[in-house]
Amino acid sequence: MSQDFSHQDPLLRVEGLTKYYGSRLGCADVSFELWPGEVLAIVGESGSGKTTLLNSLSATLEPTSGKTMYRMRDGQWRNIYDLSEAERRFLFRTDWGFVHQDAAMGLRMGVSAGANVGERLMAVGDRNYGHIRSTALDWLGRVEIAADRIDDQPRSFSGGMRQRLQIARNLVTGPRLVFMDEPTGGLDVSVQARLLDLLRGLVGELGLAAIVVTHDLAVARLLSHRMMVMKDGHVIEAGLTDRVLDDPREPYTQLLVSSILQV
Amino acid sequence: MTALSVQNLSKTFTMHLRDGIILPVVANVNFELHPGECVVLGGPSGAGKSSILKMVYGNYGVDAGAIVLQHHGEAVDLATADPRTVLTLRRDSIGYVSQFLRTVPRVSALDVVAEPLVIRGVDKAEAQAKARELLARLNLPERLWSLPPATFSGGEQQRVNIARGFITHHSVLLLDEPTASLDAINRAVVVAMIAEKKAAGVALLGIFHDEDVRTQVADRIVDVTAFAPRIAA
Repeated sequence: MSQDFSHQDPLLRVEGLTKYYGSRLGCADVSFELWPGEVLAIVGESGSGKTTLLNSLSATLEPTSGKTMYRMRDGQWRNIYDLSEAERRFLFRTDWGFVHQDAAMGLRMGVSAGANVGERLMAVGDRNYGHIRSTALDWLGRVEIAADRIDDQPRSFSGGMRQRLQIARNLVTGPRLVFMDEPTGGLDVSVQARLLDLLRGLVGELGLAAIVVTHDLAVARLLSHRMMVMKDGHVIEAGLTDRVLDDPREPYTQLLVSSILQV
Repeated sequence: MTALSVQNLSKTFTMHLRDGIILPVVANVNFELHPGECVVLGGPSGAGKSSILKMVYGNYGVDAGAIVLQHHGEAVDLATADPRTVLTLRRDSIGYVSQFLRTVPRVSALDVVAEPLVIRGVDKAEAQAKARELLARLNLPERLWSLPPATFSGGEQQRVNIARGFITHHSVLLLDEPTASLDAINRAVVVAMIAEKKAAGVALLGIFHDEDVRTQVADRIVDVTAFAPRIAA
């Protein structure tokens, strides 16, 4: 896990991001910067606005106001809401990944595991069948899916395997920024542990920047460097992950931390 | 030269879940740490020793004061540093042996120990070789090295934690009761390891309840009761 926080520009600069659904608030006035290699966790209960924020950050939703500036590979800063639909799609295929809680949303369930990974490679211009297949095989190995499952459809996979396949599909193109929405939600605890360990290793190894939405503080503790706590659409507390978890300041954060079940 | 300078540090906890009662922890904490010495925080339980260590590591926030650390020849105030700077300080300049090991599922004891070096960019095989050396010195049975420490005994976990804290050459090293659950042989190993750090110019700040260990390692004792907050009348 190589961390170099010293002398770079941020990758993402979020300024005053606000989203209303009609008169109902989704998230309000969110600002932060994210650097390469940094993992940011957004925590809060359901309805706190964390998924709205994630969808706005990834341009899946158009915010009511505010900007999300992204540093493109050529060094130029672009507000992602000013990009054309084609540019945005290109960004999603090359530079970004999105890991959904429900793997079925991030995978094509009717094509083979190998094709799910290979498709992303073809989208960035790889046309060599042998190379695509060997890269897909390598990535299946990295997410601990046996090589003999390469031609099976993800329908036949368990929940944990589907989630690992979704991660391989996202990471195969070497994205610089990955969004994750409750990546371990709905999985058995032992499956969660395996997935978390895998994610932690890959994120560190590849030096990815990641934004992880989770309601699970243990996930935030394990994966993230920094965290933001959301309540009623507002970021109420933010900082170094272990600082926020070990010395929570806000009443709501204290409630969240003290509600963790000990085993 | 000063390795660490703690200036006018104050800390209170506000317990919002208990009607917002305010617990004063320490006030006006002032001390300095020089390269090659081991300073021990003294005082009874509850005097705020662990809280001071946690503030110095950036794990607890502070209400007031400064924690000035030498980092690549520059003085940096950890109390006001942003999260990225704190992480860089921890990677390069300040280490911490906590009382309890926080284990990660599926990561072996060997990799837990090697990780601080790997983060600093040391080759993985080299980091693991160093980790083996330390675990052997601390008498952790070799059959445990490849296992995740979650199921280890308290003393075994503590030795993994010590090895992890001592593997790097941070200029400041914080020790929170590193010998609490160790037998006499391993306590002696840790005392020797602390002496070697001092000889290498590392500044150590620690909490040791074991009087025998304390007298062997301490160059100075900072009495934490002197920093007891005055309760407002």
